[in-house]
Amino acid sequence: MLLIKNLRASVEGKEILKGINLEVKAGEVHAIMGPNGSGKSTLASVLAGREIFQVTEGKVSYFGKDLLEMSPEERASEGIFLGFQYPIEIPGVSMVNFMKTAVNEQRKHKGLDPISSSDFLKLMREKKELVELDAALANRSVNEGFSGGEKKRNEIFQMAMLEPKLSILDETDSGLDIDALRIVANGVNKLKTAENATIVITHYQRLLDYIIPDYVHVLNNGKIIKSGGKELAFELEEKGYDWLKNDSDK
Amino acid sequence: MSLEAVKIESKQKFIEIYQDNIDTLKNDAPEYINIARQKAFELFKNIGIPDKKNENYKYTDLNKEFDNGYKMYLSPKNIKFQINDIFRCDVPEINTKVILLLNGWYYDRENLITELPGGAIIGSFQKAAELYPDLVKKHFAQYADMEKEGMVALNTAFVKDGIFLYVPKDVLIEKPIQIINLLMDEEEGFTQHRNLFILEEGSQASVVVCDHTLSTPNFLTNSVSEIFVGQNAGFDYSRMQNEHNGSKQVSHLYFHQERDSRVNANTITLHGGLVRNNVHVLLNGEGCENNTYGLYLTDKGQHIDNYVFMDHAFPNCISNQLFKGVLDDFATGAFNGKVLVRKDAQKTKAFQANNNILLTDDADINTKPQLEIYADDVKCSHGATVGQLDEDAMFYLRARGIPKKEAKLLLMYAFANDVIKAIQVPALQDRIQDLVDKRLRGELSRCNSCQMHCC
Ligand SMILES: Nc1ncnc2c1ncn2[C@@H]1O[C@H](COP(=O)(O)OP(=O)(O)OP(=O)(O)O)[C@@H](O)[C@H]1O
Ligand SMILES: [Mg+2]
Repeated sequence: MLLIKNLRASVEGKEILKGINLEVKAGEVHAIMGPNGSGKSTLASVLAGREIFQVTEGKVSYFGKDLLEMSPEERASEGIFLGFQYPIEIPGVSMVNFMKTAVNEQRKHKGLDPISSSDFLKLMREKKELVELDAALANRSVNEGFSGGEKKRNEIFQMAMLEPKLSILDETDSGLDIDALRIVANGVNKLKTAENATIVITHYQRLLDYIIPDYVHVLNNGKIIKSGGKELAFELEEKGYDWLKNDSDK
Repeated sequence: MSLEAVKIESKQKFIEIYQDNIDTLKNDAPEYINIARQKAFELFKNIGIPDKKNENYKYTDLNKEFDNGYKMYLSPKNIKFQINDIFRCDVPEINTKVILLLNGWYYDRENLITELPGGAIIGSFQKAAELYPDLVKKHFAQYADMEKEGMVALNTAFVKDGIFLYVPKDVLIEKPIQIINLLMDEEEGFTQHRNLFILEEGSQASVVVCDHTLSTPNFLTNSVSEIFVGQNAGFDYSRMQNEHNGSKQVSHLYFHQERDSRVNANTITLHGGLVRNNVHVLLNGEGCENNTYGLYLTDKGQHIDNYVFMDHAFPNCISNQLFKGVLDDFATGAFNGKVLVRKDAQKTKAFQANNNILLTDDADINTKPQLEIYADDVKCSHGATVGQLDEDAMFYLRARGIPKKEAKLLLMYAFANDVIKAIQVPALQDRIQDLVDKRLRGELSRCNSCQMHCC
């Protein structure tokens, strides 16, 4: 599904991703861990098409297509979803209008007619229940005045609405209380199929109790320095990152 | 030609037109109007047309615009067209009787005055001045300041027709009254209509004013409206300016509010070559509320200049000003809002904000919110912002599959919506929402051939 080869990216002349290689196949869950500032969010942003990052080298193919050639909206319509580490507040744009526009634009991309109002409302209701999103939130402006946890839950709600093929969840677990964490993880698990895949970026092994990864990767200083199975997450929880850093320095 | 030369020339030109047409002007106008006319003319001879040296016109040089050979409409010109074909109001909540001014003259020459339920009157200003001299005399030229404002003096010197509205004591007009200012001619024209709205004590009314151009030649407008809002009366004024890029207009609104009165004034500038809106408010009694809002959406070489003067002369009044604008291409604009809180106006609450989005590096706005406070127990705030569309928000929307263009529209629309939300008539609010949406999408650009039923 996704094949990243020797990806290098920089911002304001500073190189942040220094040769990333990663393959994600349908049905898989990949976890990316790593110290603060190692480039996890940058990788997520580059995959979603954020233009402030310049890709200086490497290739990313997504279902055989050159992902880097596509605009952010095309990527989204082709099934890439980024759950933001810091969701943006957009005063004056209602959640309903936002989601309706997003759903219809993605349908348009697929050559489908706009969704009917009643189907849309039904879909909203269904997905709100799935992630136990407070109904009142959906009547407000996008993320405006949402608490930290509500914003994260709203990301999962949007993911549920848009049914992506590849979800990249950037620290969706941070700021969530233990109940919310379970709800969010449940949401992710319920949406999981053999056709889609998930990349979860996290600092906490805790999340991986709920969302069981097939692979765990450690990103440090713009490179993946170690990959392993889910047991790697336990090891990291115990030992931190230093032993790996030293390892890779050698 | 130097600026000074233009200034003298355009002033001189109007002086000559006045002198050459003095009989036509004074003809069928009552004596009291002609006295005001003569006084205005003398004032105009002194003041002339404001240029950039005038602090209040720093960003809009009217002299340049008035240096033209446009025809003036000193008598009603009869243009035959079926207004019902063009304007059929399909908003059920709005009065079906459309009041139309054509090039500054009351259009329905057969019915110059119409009585509304409860003894309210709407019609031609010229006719009203003749039929109701006591009423008109009491208010005409009482609120519009021609001593300071050369353009008001010019309008008053040439006063002929316009809209007259009278709502007697305790009468409520439920449905908004729609007024359309239409400009239409084969040649370039200059109109100066004069409106007078009188709301007696405890009365209530709302008007919706649309400014339109229906033919391609250039037009220039210098209009004055005086609005008296009596004790405990309520008045809603919504205006949509939608003229083509060859049109220029200067508009003066003078609100005179007596105690406990409420006014909402909302001006939506959708289109126009050059638009200068002056709004003067005198809160002339305790307990008044005034909400003066504006939204302007400009592009290409358009120029928009909003000026507000909010005079808190008595204690315990509230005023809110919110002006928002989106400027695209190389459009330019200015906002100058003044709040004056006089010494005795304790417990005043006055708020003022001007927010702008510039879509390009070439678009430009000068904003100057001002507070002048002489009372000590007041709550006032003012602020201005000039910025771009939020990049993070743009990316967030695009990351959900919303194309760049659409994302931009959503954000602009959200920005504009604060002003639209303040429109009091729900049906009108919907319509304006729709118009703003169309405008932002660039679907309203050809408004000289407009069939768009503005409300
Ligand atoms: N827009 C930007 N301008 C300049 N530097 C940036 C920008 N975005 C990211 N960086 C830098 O890139 C590096 C990687 O940042 P990134 O956000 O990808 O880290 P992260 O691994 O997600 O960290 P965290 O765990 O704290 O979320 C950091 O040093 C950061 O300061
Ligand atoms: Mg991060």
